[in-house]
Amino acid sequence: MKPEGQVRIPSGCAIAAVISREGRPISGGLMAEAMKPMHDRSNGLGGGFAGYGIYPEYKDFYALHLFFDQRATRKNCEVFLKERFEIIKSEIIPTRKIPAITGEPVIWRYFVAPLRSVLTSMQLDEKEFVARTVMYINACVDGAYVFSSGKNMGTFKAVGFPEDVAEFYRLEEYEGYSWTAHGRYPTNTPGWWGGAHPFTLLDYSVVHNGEISSYDANRRFIEMFGYKCTLQTDTEVITYIMDYLVRVQGLTLEEAASVIAAPFWSTIQRKTDLADREKHLYLRTLFSSLLITGPFSIVLGFTGGLMALNDRLKLRSMVVGEKEDRVYIASEEAAIRAVEPEAEHIWAPAGGEPVVIRVKDGAY
Amino acid sequence: MTLIDVTGLDHRSLNEKLREADGPVTLTGCCGQRFIAAGMSGPELTVEGIPGNALGAYLNGASITVDGNAQDAVGDTMNEGRIIVRGSIGDAAGYAMRGGQLFVRNNAGYRAGIHMKAYKDKVPLLIIGGTAGSFLGEYQAGGVIIILGLGRDKQRIVGNFPCTGMHGGKLFLRCTPEEVLFPNQVTASPASPDDLEELRQYLIPYCQVFNLDLEEILASPFTIAVPCSSNPYKQMYVSN
Repeated sequence: MKPEGQVRIPSGCAIAAVISREGRPISGGLMAEAMKPMHDRSNGLGGGFAGYGIYPEYKDFYALHLFFDQRATRKNCEVFLKERFEIIKSEIIPTRKIPAITGEPVIWRYFVAPLRSVLTSMQLDEKEFVARTVMYINACVDGAYVFSSGKNMGTFKAVGFPEDVAEFYRLEEYEGYSWTAHGRYPTNTPGWWGGAHPFTLLDYSVVHNGEISSYDANRRFIEMFGYKCTLQTDTEVITYIMDYLVRVQGLTLEEAASVIAAPFWSTIQRKTDLADREKHLYLRTLFSSLLITGPFSIVLGFTGGLMALNDRLKLRSMVVGEKEDRVYIASEEAAIRAVEPEAEHIWAPAGGEPVVIRVKDGAY
Repeated sequence: MTLIDVTGLDHRSLNEKLREADGPVTLTGCCGQRFIAAGMSGPELTVEGIPGNALGAYLNGASITVDGNAQDAVGDTMNEGRIIVRGSIGDAAGYAMRGGQLFVRNNAGYRAGIHMKAYKDKVPLLIIGGTAGSFLGEYQAGGVIIILGLGRDKQRIVGNFPCTGMHGGKLFLRCTPEEVLFPNQVTASPASPDDLEELRQYLIPYCQVFNLDLEEILASPFTIAVPCSSNPYKQMYVSN
């Protein structure tokens, strides 16, 4: 093995995403193609995808994707799931044996509906109940990890290069109205299956290129509200922050973006729109522990849309392009051109400027 | 002229082909390959498609023309030669450039000209035809950066915090000094007749390359920013 200095690993993580504003189906294979020109940004220690609108026949049920370290873990975990949910369907997630992907855990999916009686006795709404169940399994059931838990969406991730992960999960067999993708180059944490992106909770998923220097401050704050960071990767906390700000606190996506990528105080002071200045002062003051510092470009997936966001200093690259009903987001323009050579309006959003794209009403 | 289709080639094989080529070369089907022509003193190169990051890094005399957009860190630490981008350019254009010229027709992303430097006859020149993002010329230590803002309408010619940490070189902006907020360690003033004459010399080759009207460009006011030696840096580069 060559030590650092004798070998250079060009890297920096890669993200990409696509959405059809008309809600038209897009094959998961397209995302794999977009990731190929950015191959050198990852180092084979993580790749993953999230697709929205991929389970129309089960769209009313939570789709839980789980990793188990062994079969016995699955048996135990199923006993636990049956106490809380009606399991509509359970199956192995179909995969392909390929040399590039090895050491896979037991990978299973369940379409479930929370048991009414349990919801009533716990006095929780459905989403909060599912979120708490996910936290419980990830923190307390040894060897079991829920890596996807939304409705009509699913995450597929592994240790490997993204294009290989797509082949492994037979992604070309899925169609959705939006997709996000990630190629990983882990910096501070292990390259393991649970640590690959996207990180999801309910229907929120996050792919992230960067490194959060405020991770522990953010983690300590968010863990006060029942979230548990168990997956050994900084990005996990962004997912929980977005869930907390948008689902629990009821902020808009743009407001949540102003919390995590808050402008400098000096920039806020110079704002001439007084209402806007007040709002930024309020958000930055109230949620000061949720400011995310350090470099990031992220794409947040949610039911019916995507949000792209850079850190306020824009220490990572990100471009957006369009063609007809589709909008593309990627770390590099090459990724967009690889799948849509005629893409138009290529532009780079400013640091801290959220780009929200939604599918038109009724089309998802 | 040699045509090379680089579809599916990785950056290493691409550069090997480039080194073997004789005379002018056109690359077709380029899609994200990094380090194109890195360190090369020849040839005359045209790129069709999207070149990857660090195009012309450590360039040592070659000339590169990109027909469309280019990505991040173009001309990273380039020493000599010329890079022409007919579209827009990503972040950190001309990163730590120490010689040569980088001409961009449209806009630049964040941190254009970060840490440019100069030494004796090596004076790098970065010209952006459109607008530039935040942190333009961050830590600039030498060389010349020019932002023209052509066709920008109401858009700002440059984002926030230009010239942060600047301690050498010159920055020209085609606007009045009042339009831009500079740090206290920088002196920004309307360009003097001497400055404008110097500017004209820089813009002559740029206007030739992109077929632009030099006099029309020079008819607008220009601001020149240089480090303020009487107010040196005493603390962190920006209070956040």
